[in-house]
Amino acid sequence: MILDGKSPTGPIEQSWDKHRFDMKLVNPSNKRKYKILVVGTGLAGASAAASLGELGYNVEAFCYQDSPRRAHSIAAQGGINAAKNYPNDGDSIYRLFYDTIKGGDFRSREADVWRLSQVSNNIIDQCVAQGVPFARDYSGYLDTRSFGGAQVSRTFYARGQTGQQLLLGAYSAISRQIKAGSVKLFPRTEMLDLVVVDGEAKAITVRDLITGEIRVHTGDAVVLCTGGYMNVFYLSTNAMGCSVTAIWKAHKKGAFFGNPCFTQIHPTCIPQAGDYQSKLTLMSESLRNDGRIWVPKKKEDCGKPANQIPEEDRDYYLERKYPSFGNLAPRDISSRAAKEQCDEGRGVGPGGRGVYLDFRDSIKRFGENVIRERYGNLFEMYERITDENGYKVPMRIYPAPHYAMGGLWVDYNLMSNLPGLFVLGEANFSVHGANRLGASALMQGLADGYFVIPYTIANYLKDTKPGKVKADNPECAKSIEDVKGSTKKLLAINGNKTVTEFIRELGTLMWNNCGMARSKESLTEAIAKIPAIREEFWKNVKVSGAGAEFNQQLENAGRTADFLEFAELICRDALHRDESCGGHFRVEHQYADGEAKRNDADYAYVAAWEFKGVDKEPELHKEPLKFENIHLAVRSYK
Amino acid sequence: MSAQTSEHKTMSVKLIVWRQKGPNEPGRFETHVAKGITEHHSFLEMLDVVNEDLIKQGKDPIAFDHDCREGICGTCSAVVNGVPHGGQKRTTLCQLHMRKFRDGDAIYLEPWRARAFPIIRDLVADRGALDKLIQAAGYVSCHTGGVPDANSIPISKPDSDYAMDAAECIGCGACVAACPNGAAMLFAGAKVSQFAALPQGQVEAPERVAAMIKTMQECGFGNCSNHYECQAVCPKDVNVKFIARLNREFHKALFKAKAGTFTPVGE
Ligand SMILES: Cc1cc2nc3c(=O)[nH]c(=O)nc-3n(C[C@H](O)[C@H](O)[C@H](O)COP(=O)(O)OP(=O)(O)OC[C@H]3O[C@@H](n4cnc5c(N)ncnc54)[C@H](O)[C@@H]3O)c2cc1C
Ligand code: SF4
Ligand code: FES
Repeated sequence: MILDGKSPTGPIEQSWDKHRFDMKLVNPSNKRKYKILVVGTGLAGASAAASLGELGYNVEAFCYQDSPRRAHSIAAQGGINAAKNYPNDGDSIYRLFYDTIKGGDFRSREADVWRLSQVSNNIIDQCVAQGVPFARDYSGYLDTRSFGGAQVSRTFYARGQTGQQLLLGAYSAISRQIKAGSVKLFPRTEMLDLVVVDGEAKAITVRDLITGEIRVHTGDAVVLCTGGYMNVFYLSTNAMGCSVTAIWKAHKKGAFFGNPCFTQIHPTCIPQAGDYQSKLTLMSESLRNDGRIWVPKKKEDCGKPANQIPEEDRDYYLERKYPSFGNLAPRDISSRAAKEQCDEGRGVGPGGRGVYLDFRDSIKRFGENVIRERYGNLFEMYERITDENGYKVPMRIYPAPHYAMGGLWVDYNLMSNLPGLFVLGEANFSVHGANRLGASALMQGLADGYFVIPYTIANYLKDTKPGKVKADNPECAKSIEDVKGSTKKLLAINGNKTVTEFIRELGTLMWNNCGMARSKESLTEAIAKIPAIREEFWKNVKVSGAGAEFNQQLENAGRTADFLEFAELICRDALHRDESCGGHFRVEHQYADGEAKRNDADYAYVAAWEFKGVDKEPELHKEPLKFENIHLAVRSYK
Repeated sequence: MSAQTSEHKTMSVKLIVWRQKGPNEPGRFETHVAKGITEHHSFLEMLDVVNEDLIKQGKDPIAFDHDCREGICGTCSAVVNGVPHGGQKRTTLCQLHMRKFRDGDAIYLEPWRARAFPIIRDLVADRGALDKLIQAAGYVSCHTGGVPDANSIPISKPDSDYAMDAAECIGCGACVAACPNGAAMLFAGAKVSQFAALPQGQVEAPERVAAMIKTMQECGFGNCSNHYECQAVCPKDVNVKFIARLNREFHKALFKAKAGTFTPVGE
């Protein structure tokens, strides 16, 4: 099937404005008759729920944490992009658009990226109006910094806590609507199934994580804002609860999954220290503004203290290989370059899996105080975890699984192929192509929630009779039975291995076979091994406790069960995409210098997968990508 | 990813941990030993080890709240040896590492204890009352869209830094748990001060502070009597000066109410 992304036609500069005008509106007095279920209250979900509530819709919002303020968006450190051109360094909506399309290695839809770039400026205005304390200069105006993949300074930030501050802004907006009564909040509530009636998404089945009660919530549209799935690698920079569950359940009910294999490995994480480890910690990419990345030129030097390695024996490999972007080369390129150095035996630290991130020169240039002012909290965090002082010895970094560019397939209106099911933020596949540029995820989450969904959802609702599906619908009853059934099954197995053992095993397999580098062999091997782990899981997992109570093991078990199915889909997608692009590096396809080699003739499309059954091969649908404004070109950062 | 656990010395610690099945069940201390812990384990990773053991023995693992494990989401919450978050300065429990303990140490572990935070299970407490405080008025009432250009209202760097110092609060509730009165003054003070320092928050400043103070009382939080335990345990170093600011803003609001230029909510 050839999929239609419903991109507007005509000049790109007018595409969003024209589309916005062409879409139908819902009469203000009718809005309160519609109920919208928003799952997830991170940047995408909280901003969507707040904006929709403000417009007068009836909103029910759900999250698995105890409060919307704890969504994983809170962890974003570095910043948020916008094309304001405040620093007068040549930025424009067009340049942000250009950088994003190129950064994504020409695997995203032009119109969507244009819209994102256009509304990016409104986001900054909105957040400042909410009282988000962005960094300012002494004249009182907003300050910016640079991020990977861009040569202009367009990243707005709030110390090293940008995600936190933006989320608190969106959280305050949703809190205001909760008080006003337009949004009803259900914290500690996990969505475990999507209910589809006559082909349309009309309800969700949830588990109350405190009481264990399983119940259905009906509505007129469902908006999934449930974030990314990088915990399929077990160790990642994501929060412990991040899962694929909500979108995977929707996929099993018919929603297509777009580009699942496009995953991002972030170059600046604290290297792993031991097997017991439960997560990897990111240090903001903004550190690369002032930190220089290097490894010893000679293998023998790797075990020596860094300060005993003379200047001429240090290889500043990013500056050497990519002179125009240097340490600010995009993430996929920097990550691969680090892996390459370590694979060649020049890595530093435990296990040789690390490269230096060195502030010596900038401390010399600006003084320790300036560096402390800019990145103090990151240095502190590094010291807490590694017991090393980054001002005195260079920090060590290594790439780690970080961001999911893939997600449910959506059209230009952010609606999936299931009418009534909208997907926002990291949970959808749109805008980032095969690689996301730094500081663009926060931008996308808020763009979707504040400035896209309020318009596009009306276009669906205008043709929908409110309250079509009630809780007594047979599909709702069936969904409740299914969810109760799998909960019971998990509790009954009483095997010998813990949930953690299974997700660790899966994650290791995924990292080794579908991580920073992939090959036909590694992927084929993973596809053969995953079903066996899955089978063992359903025979031998041990989940203690009961269903009708607060039971964290049961929560983990459910999420792991979904990862065990989803993992196979990522590998299949990576296997079928017989090219390299962005974060997807197939070792078979590289230039002589090791750069990723794209194949536009055969693969300039979105891969959207249709679920056919757990042990069956999914069906591939394609949405061809057209590049009318930015010409397909080899992506070079040299 | 390769690992090098063999390089590290291991230790054992004895945990004396609060177990409670539900809000209305009686609680009690239980003792467990965590073995094979290295100095690089975080406190929560040490608890993971204990839990894996308990699960294998067919026992209920210790329930504890956590999510980001990076010190920023504010989810983790337990009192270690009598101190919320375990006593390392500017550090949440998930960022506390076992190198701060010694082989053979006995460690007491309890949930946040405060009237406004009922216990859900073991170390998990319900901190929904903090959300209620924000819902009362912890926001600037601007609609989506239709706001002025961000640079149209310059804000001096000191003001913006002051607002950011206050805004750093992660809403963990340690301040409440540490306070002998179970007060949420540091939390509320931080929010009120953030907006009080910015032009955006001015118009509804009196309503905000009045509504938040009223809600604090309704939720069962106590009052500040200047113990400063809150600041001592706050993982983000939120300063008690924000409590003073809260009081000042409240008095300003009362003054305005007297002058008839402002009517507190609900009166
Ligand atoms: C450490 C770190 C640093 C980052 N730094 C930056 C940065 O500097 N700049 C940038 O642009 N991006 C950054 N990112 C990426 C960015 O933070 C995320 O992509 C973005 O915040 C995702 O927002 P979201 O709203 O889509 O999802 P999230 O914030 O992950 O929210 C997901 C929501 O869904 C809920 N949920 C999930 N599953 C279910 C379910 N089954 N049932 C009910 N609720 C559910 C959760 O409770 C939560 O409320 C960073 C990411 C990480 C991990
Ligand atoms: S003021 Fe400090 S201790 Fe209190 S909730 Fe905020 S971060 Fe936690
Ligand atoms: S788990 Fe997020 S702050 Fe500790």
